[in-house]
Amino acid sequence: MATEFTHLDELEAESIQILRETAASFERPVLMYSIGKDSTVLLHLAMKAFWPAKPPFPLLHVDTTWKFREMITFRDATAKRLGVDLRVHINQEGLAAGVNPFASGSKVHTDVMKTQGLRQALDQGRFDAAIGGARRDEEKSRAKERIFSFRDKHHRWDPKNQRPELWNVFNTRVHQGESIRVFPLSNWTELDVWLYIWKNRLPVVPLYLAKARPVVERDGALIMVDDDRLPLLPGEKVQTMKVRFRTLGCYPLSGAIESEAETLEAIIEEMLLAKTSERQGRLIDHDSSGSMEEKKREGYF
Amino acid sequence: MASPTSIPVMNEGERVDDYLRRYERNELLRFLTCGSVDDGKSTLIGRLLHDTGRIYEDHMAALEKDSKVHGTTGGGLDLALAVDGLKAEREQGITIDVAWRYFATARRSFIIADCPGHEQYTRNMATGASHCQLAISLIDARKGVTTQTRRHAFIASLLGIRHVVAAVNKMDIVGWSEERFRAIEREFVDFCARIGIPDPVAVPISALNGDNVVKRSEHTPWYSGSPVLELLEAVPVDRPSPDANFRMPVQFVLRPDLNFRGFAGQIAAGSVKPGDRVRILPSGKETRVRRIARAPEDGGDAPLAYAPQSVVLTFEDEVDCSRGDVIVCIGRDPAVTQRVECDLVWMQEQPLVRGQQLMLRVGAKQTACTVRRVRWLVDVDTLGTQPADTLRLNEIGRVELECEERVVVDGYRECHGTGALILVDRMTNATAGAGMVRLATEAGSKRAHWETEALATLERAEDKPSFVNAEERERRWQQKPRTILLYGPPGSGKTREAHEMERKFFDQGAAVVMLDGQAMRRGLSKDLGFSDEDRSENLRRAAEVARLLNDQGFVVILAMAAPDPEARERARELVGQDRWEARNMGAR
Ligand SMILES: Nc1nc2c(ncn2[C@@H]2O[C@H](COP(=O)(O)OP(=O)(O)OP(=O)(O)O)[C@@H](O)[C@H]2O)c(=O)[nH]1
Ligand SMILES: [Mg+2]
Repeated sequence: MATEFTHLDELEAESIQILRETAASFERPVLMYSIGKDSTVLLHLAMKAFWPAKPPFPLLHVDTTWKFREMITFRDATAKRLGVDLRVHINQEGLAAGVNPFASGSKVHTDVMKTQGLRQALDQGRFDAAIGGARRDEEKSRAKERIFSFRDKHHRWDPKNQRPELWNVFNTRVHQGESIRVFPLSNWTELDVWLYIWKNRLPVVPLYLAKARPVVERDGALIMVDDDRLPLLPGEKVQTMKVRFRTLGCYPLSGAIESEAETLEAIIEEMLLAKTSERQGRLIDHDSSGSMEEKKREGYF
Repeated sequence: MASPTSIPVMNEGERVDDYLRRYERNELLRFLTCGSVDDGKSTLIGRLLHDTGRIYEDHMAALEKDSKVHGTTGGGLDLALAVDGLKAEREQGITIDVAWRYFATARRSFIIADCPGHEQYTRNMATGASHCQLAISLIDARKGVTTQTRRHAFIASLLGIRHVVAAVNKMDIVGWSEERFRAIEREFVDFCARIGIPDPVAVPISALNGDNVVKRSEHTPWYSGSPVLELLEAVPVDRPSPDANFRMPVQFVLRPDLNFRGFAGQIAAGSVKPGDRVRILPSGKETRVRRIARAPEDGGDAPLAYAPQSVVLTFEDEVDCSRGDVIVCIGRDPAVTQRVECDLVWMQEQPLVRGQQLMLRVGAKQTACTVRRVRWLVDVDTLGTQPADTLRLNEIGRVELECEERVVVDGYRECHGTGALILVDRMTNATAGAGMVRLATEAGSKRAHWETEALATLERAEDKPSFVNAEERERRWQQKPRTILLYGPPGSGKTREAHEMERKFFDQGAAVVMLDGQAMRRGLSKDLGFSDEDRSENLRRAAEVARLLNDQGFVVILAMAAPDPEARERARELVGQDRWEARNMGAR
């Protein structure tokens, strides 16, 4: 008899309840699939929540065109393997205007290609609920988030205008044009996510595992040279180092860490000894203090 | 050097698999901090995270920088800033919204809701409490137990929290005075007894300096108890009982093809296995569970499922069942009703008023409802109740709702999943209130007799009016009939006061009757004991007698223990608002 109900089982049951509420309460929900470890867990939970049916919503990836190539390969393979409806959105205006992380700076690039791109995609799809894999333990303003987080007509987050959220009874009502961001993994920690991946043997993007990769050192971070679009600054040179990534975003903006961890177990072991937070490698978080709260107000996930 | 993450440390030579299996089995405990503004709630959480190594180096560097800019500690490390994450909070040095934090030790995983103390944000505290099994009530040693301390403890108990730790903080400022600590401890423990929180524990701490938080303090040789973290690791976690009555609100119907129709939901209480007979409410149709369906890669169909698992059930028969229905075991049914009575926390600026229309949500069911009436308002300071016809922001009261459709509910005390509701404003879609269903039939309810309808064959008195009318009686006795209840614990002097009052009325020529609770027990109530229910019933009988006597024109004085505000409120309704007066003779 399966009497052992672990804290991971409890988190899973809670997340599935949230996913089902979302599917039942909204007209056009969508799952924001960003390919990383959190998305991997989120997608697995969505498959489980509606089995034997497929999730009753599509997956959406907002592609900034600067993602690691391995991410894109993994994304397409995953959608195919699971037989789910994956949609990819690229901000074509941004692309035409030549926005990129170097010429425009990380801030403008993220704002145009990611935040604006996301808003475009949500508007075009007329999605009234966007499910994301953000966790409260990632960052201090996220720690204040609701599970069903209200956004106005302009996709803006107003921390003062959030609804009290009691028990697992969610207020899913919105007016035309308003929307809700849903975070089923709110109560998961980084360790919980890895543990779940390990326990369920879920495939992850190989970039999480250490391997010899070409990198340059820039502003104290190790940037992977994923293609020939990365302009080398004077004095920079490409070296091969054994590295892996704790979080995945646009490759020129994701700092790698030197590591020997080639297996999932080894990653977890390294994480247990880590002295810095997982988002530390995210260069965009550090543009200005209170940075995440501001980006969220503008509609960032 | 301990690892800087909070998570349990790996043992020397332990394999990752073994470690993960160990960590996975950690019990999960959800707790909140509460108490008055500035008592040190956020500092305590910051301290817990810091001393268990949960603050990463990059966060620590940011914290040191922030402490210089926004800190309230004169440039020293302000640990509250590790928790107060919103700009407005850091600027004002207060907590506005609940912060959710996570950490784990070798024994437990914790989810923390750090709640605001400011009265204006009481609803956020109630929100936090709805998710938790334990509350840490912070008390500033200089100020002692305040109204806000009591309000928060009361809300915690209302929301079903059974475990409370009183952290008497800022002991460094009062010179680690044991006397001061004991006085606060006594007052808090007494208050907890009145609101039904068993065995509260008090700890003398300094959140700022870390005394008795993770490590035992050398300043408190007189304190033999545990530091806060040890208490958190030791308190028993309430697990849902598999023997409870089975309840599962249906969230979603899965219909991938014509051969499969599954009902998805999270089990709110009890357990279920294939072959069990179940009933679908509100329709009342019966069927049997065929499968607890699971994918082959998850191990295939389950032989058993229990709360709080999320599952998919299929039935033997083609019964009608859809979102919002509740699947229950045969045996004790929940109430299927349009009229719902609940304790409500009002969360909106505009007051709740009679006749107001709202959307109600309970389980997966949503329906429109109307406020029939506010029965009473709770005064959280005195725990008394008072008549009211509105509830304002952050007020708590008992209300009666009339739903457009029938809803399936249990008493909140019996099952949170089917007894917790929210009310949503129909215009703004804001969450306007949170309610805990109270049923006359639920265990622990003292309402059974109060609400039992009289036999229908008995005609009511007003059907055949007396030949003597009320005005004539008033003229004869020169008095308006009324009932005065003097209540309080044994030894509070209520009987003596009642006799004196009776003497005074008599001397003034009034027609007066004095009824003593003890005297009632010798005859009219000799079948009753001293349980909460029986005390309530004794008061009801006294109130019934008082009503009859009032109808005859007499003034009635009642001397009763009457400890339960709800019972007193019902007595008031029974005797009649304008004839009723209650005086607290209690020492407290
Ligand atoms: N001397 C002393 N000061 C303390 C202690 N704990 C907290 N403080 C100070 O008390 C002030 C308020 O602390 P907070 O942790 O922000 O209080 P809070 O209870 O979270 O306040 P709200 O969330 O706004 O209700 C800060 O200046 C703290 O540094 C303590 O043990 N000793
Ligand atoms: Mg605080």
